Amino acid sequence: MTGVTTVESAVTALAGTPPLTAPPLAVQEAASWEPVLPGLIVLLPLLGFAINGFLALRAAAVSSAAVRSGSEWDPFAGAATPATHRLPTLVGPGVMLIAFVLALLNFIGMPDDLQEPVVRSYWSWIATGDLRIEAALQLDQLSAVMMLVVTGVGFLIHVFSVGYMKNDVGYPRYFSYLNLFVFFMLVLVMGSGYATMFVGWEGVGLCSYLLIGYWFSDREKSDAGKKAFIVNRIGDVGFLLAMFLIYQAFGTFDFGEVFAGAEGGLATGGATVTAITLLLMLGAAGKSAQVPLHVWLPDAMAGPTPVSALIHAATMVTAGVYMVARSSVLYALAPVSQAIVAGVGVLTALIAATIAIQQYDIKKVLAYSTVSQLGFMFLAAGIGAFTAAIFHLVTHAFFKALLFLGAGAVIHSMHHAAHHAERHLDEQDMRNMGGLRKYMPLTCALMWIATLAIAGIWPFAGFFSKDEIIWYTAAWAGAESNPFGALYAVYWGVALITALMTAFYMTRLMIMTFHGANRTGAAGAAHLHEAPPVMTLPLIALAALSVFGGWINVPEALQASFAGLFGALPMSEWLHHWLEPVTHAAAEIQVAGFGEAAYSAPLGGGEVTWALVSTVAAALTVAVSARLLGTRKYVAAAADSGPRAGLGRVLHDKWYFDEAYDAVIVRPLLRLSRWCWRFIDDVIIDGFVNTTAQFARLAGWIMSLFQTGQVNMYAFVLTVGVLLVLGTTVFLR
Amino acid sequence: MTDLLASLRYEDWILHALIWLPLVGMAHVVVSSPERAKNLAFAWSSIVFVLSLGLWWGYEPGGGGFMLESSTPWIESWGVSYALGVDGISVFMVMLTTFTSAIAILGSFEYVKTRRKAFYALMLLLETGVLGVFLATDIFLFYVFFELTLVPMYFIVGIWGGERRIYAAVKFFLYTAVGSLLMLVAILYMYFGGGAGSFGYEAFLNADLSLREQLWLFAAFALAFGIKVPVFPLHTWLPDAHVEAPTPGSVILAAVLLKMGTYGFMRFLLPFFPGAAQHPTVVAVMLVLGVVGIIYAAWVAAVQPDAKKLVAYTSVAHMGFVVIGIFALTLNGLQGGMVVMISHGISTGALFLLLGMMYERRHTRLIEDFGGLGRAAPLFATAFVITALASIGLPGTSGFVGEFLALLGTFETHAVAAIVAATGVVFAAYYMLPMVQRVLFNRLDNPENRKFPDLSRREVVILAPMVALMIGIGVHPTPILERMEPSVQLVLERVEGAGATLGTASAGPSDGGPPGYVGDAGPGAQVPVPATAARED
Repeated sequence: MTGVTTVESAVTALAGTPPLTAPPLAVQEAASWEPVLPGLIVLLPLLGFAINGFLALRAAAVSSAAVRSGSEWDPFAGAATPATHRLPTLVGPGVMLIAFVLALLNFIGMPDDLQEPVVRSYWSWIATGDLRIEAALQLDQLSAVMMLVVTGVGFLIHVFSVGYMKNDVGYPRYFSYLNLFVFFMLVLVMGSGYATMFVGWEGVGLCSYLLIGYWFSDREKSDAGKKAFIVNRIGDVGFLLAMFLIYQAFGTFDFGEVFAGAEGGLATGGATVTAITLLLMLGAAGKSAQVPLHVWLPDAMAGPTPVSALIHAATMVTAGVYMVARSSVLYALAPVSQAIVAGVGVLTALIAATIAIQQYDIKKVLAYSTVSQLGFMFLAAGIGAFTAAIFHLVTHAFFKALLFLGAGAVIHSMHHAAHHAERHLDEQDMRNMGGLRKYMPLTCALMWIATLAIAGIWPFAGFFSKDEIIWYTAAWAGAESNPFGALYAVYWGVALITALMTAFYMTRLMIMTFHGANRTGAAGAAHLHEAPPVMTLPLIALAALSVFGGWINVPEALQASFAGLFGALPMSEWLHHWLEPVTHAAAEIQVAGFGEAAYSAPLGGGEVTWALVSTVAAALTVAVSARLLGTRKYVAAAADSGPRAGLGRVLHDKWYFDEAYDAVIVRPLLRLSRWCWRFIDDVIIDGFVNTTAQFARLAGWIMSLFQTGQVNMYAFVLTVGVLLVLGTTVFLR
Repeated sequence: MTDLLASLRYEDWILHALIWLPLVGMAHVVVSSPERAKNLAFAWSSIVFVLSLGLWWGYEPGGGGFMLESSTPWIESWGVSYALGVDGISVFMVMLTTFTSAIAILGSFEYVKTRRKAFYALMLLLETGVLGVFLATDIFLFYVFFELTLVPMYFIVGIWGGERRIYAAVKFFLYTAVGSLLMLVAILYMYFGGGAGSFGYEAFLNADLSLREQLWLFAAFALAFGIKVPVFPLHTWLPDAHVEAPTPGSVILAAVLLKMGTYGFMRFLLPFFPGAAQHPTVVAVMLVLGVVGIIYAAWVAAVQPDAKKLVAYTSVAHMGFVVIGIFALTLNGLQGGMVVMISHGISTGALFLLLGMMYERRHTRLIEDFGGLGRAAPLFATAFVITALASIGLPGTSGFVGEFLALLGTFETHAVAAIVAATGVVFAAYYMLPMVQRVLFNRLDNPENRKFPDLSRREVVILAPMVALMIGIGVHPTPILERMEPSVQLVLERVEGAGATLGTASAGPSDGGPPGYVGDAGPGAQVPVPATAARED
């Protein structure tokens, strides 16, 4: 991707005139509150992309010249930090920092009583007939939270990347993609309608494709990128069709108008709104890796590890959850879709958790863990607990980014070890690790914090967010008139079990990686080391967030109990109140449909009881499994082929989803495609065409036989002809 | 700008200049030396391009009808005139033509080494022909230009093409000639039998035709244009022609020659035969063919070993979006179809240029011969990736705007067709990404590919404006959409307005039908009158 031009200048170049008039809409609503340069927040990463992209092309010109001359270019020759790295180091994280500060200013400045989103329109994107799609950004409580996560966590991961990618030749290209990703992600969360959201939606997919296949010379990695793009596009078809239905129903893609129209105009449970929400869910399932479209995410781990942290854990994959939360009004109107969304979520959570238990690749465990946690978020969004979904999205961004970056630090260290090891060493295989605590104590400690957080242990961030999801599932299962009460009760049970599985597989990851005896081999182990500060500082920041991040939404019931330290934890249900302007419409619709939520779980017991049960159970799981796994003897990967039979094998082989798709879809489609080409095109159509041509040629040849040039022959034929004609006229009368 | 153009009396001469200047250039090329031919051809086509840019300001979207009209009697006894005009539909086709002609000529500098004078003369002749097709407002004149384009293209493929160039050229010629002969018959029928009495566009618009007549004439026109587009299953000439054609031939073929078909749909088919165009069976057939084209061609493209053939099949898929957009008979659909036409012209044109650059360097078009070019030629790879993404309609590129509007417009009236067609979005990724991967990514293990030179300055000059347009149109298509809208709206009004009154218009027994044709326009069934009888009075 070149630094072609910025959006605005491309526009001006094309139109020859300045961007068109902004409609007065934005002006009216801005009266209450003036956001701080929302356009600049989006533009900054794009600017970073342009600069880094230009630098990348310049660096690539040098490296490709070396490739052509047969030598390999080494930017590190002579200097520890090559010249090609200097500016990207400044620009890449720099634009993120400024964008984060701006997002923070907007967040702080946003008035509590802001009931309607503030929309800023920049130009008329697609305008024809009655169709008006503005290139517009909107700020409200939900987009403000998302902006903070995207720019904040994004900034930390950019900083980490400076250390992690230090020795990579494509450094500027890496940062250009990363900046471009943030640009599209911001468009996604700030877009003021489904169409603008879709721009970000496919844009982040593109960046994901480019970054998964960042080391494109490796076939496996570029395969993974391609797979991610294609599977995501399957979901995108759902998104597109949902948009068409939305346009048909409301005549606009604009969030405000769509939701206003839906609230007043659509009946609960109607066919239109159910179809729209199910199609949107297909899109969300693709982007957020829900079963059965989850298969791309584990493969996406082929990308550099900070990319996995940013795109495939903290931000992009949560876009589906954001989209469902954004469309909360529509989902609240479609209880069937809600039940399906929640079902898909809980099923995904369970399946991914089972797979995570039997993986050896540290990133694969985290990948399936991410799929599983996204399932929890889907469950939350499905049962109408949109705040809980966003809450878990936020806390998960903290602790999962920490886990991935920690894994990145481990891999970074293992990579150095592998260079010196006496045998081939898979640097991501946990069977080759063990005992790393001795070499990287800080990383180990920080990752334990994240593990406790994701396991849902009090008072870490994940406890509050996951508990809220599980509790709301229980509460809605017992709601007065919920037609799907029994189903929700099942969801609740599965979610509880899955939460314990989470505690187990994360403990397994920690034990295999950091504890027990080292299996790297003496030569390699000598080179294991703690990560440099540029990498550990972001980890520390994320660890702090993983501890305290959950306190932004301590439920009131828990506030008075142990979980709120009897009032000592601040910000009781802060996030809930903060998001209320966005979610209250959906909440009202839901209460109107389902009645009041219950105050006790299906098995009896209130919120505090179950919070206590779940955190104690999770803590016990961690303790017991740490104890059991700690005594187990692992052998290095070379001497181990994993579980050989039974359920263990099935889980290790990921329930054979990929194999099934390959057999049922991929290969038959290829066969069908070949058949279309070789049979329909070549044999039938061209056969017909060529036969016609040959027939014409044959006719010409027969006619040419008569052109002998002998007059007596012509005379003979003429005579026969005349006789024939006369004969027919005479005898056939 | 408008004042400047007015002071030059731009509107008086521009359309004539567009048609005649390439011919002047052709004459210049013919009398010059072979060495200078390419520069001269590029200079002349550039002049034409620059002049055509004034249409952006010179053409003002008003009621949607023709602007800058002029008409001179040509064959008065037949009512044929040399009549030109431009509207919101043709103005972009004209600019696309002048742009891609100049680009294609610039892109042929390294490719064409033999008979250079003849080659560049034919390229300029082709430009005149295509511009004539888009600018003619007299049906006879249109037909002359329509046929004129066949000749240079036939020779360009047949002389400068690949190994099977003769087969491809003949197939191209016969396929299209069959279609256009049927159209000629239909045109003559309308002139004589339909009571047009003149070859003027307005006269044909007002021709009094029964539904039965409309259906037959529609079929003849649709066949001619459908072959050009090409609509499935009339597409098999295209892959062969593309594979064998030299790069500039492929560029012009994909960028503008195919558009003559869809342009014909919009300009003639819909307004002339509104009854037929609204006939449920006709609409169903066209939509099914469009949808099948989108999906079938994508599948076939995905398994092509030859990169050029792959891109050729993607053209069929893209044009399928135009076809459904047109026959959905909605404003969004038609507008989307127009944008797809423009976008496809740019992105597929650029793809063929990129493939041509690959062929010039490696003398192979097989995908499997490449791999890892991203390391050897990063600029080339960047341009390739952006173009591929525009081709598969990523938001922010021109391809998305077109496909989105076409699908949206189709969904409004024919949801099922749009739903099935939307899966084409997945199949686009299914054919394009594997090619991108196998050409640019993977290991750079072939020593030949290690020496693959990156883009030269000339090649950057060729590709940069195309990439800029793909992104520019994708980000801000509104100025184009609003210029097209009145004319597209007018087409729609003509279809809907005339269709509504068809029942009464054809009720009278006055008009003539062809021998043996029985009019059966529902309640107003007409008396069969031999065509000759109708002409005698």
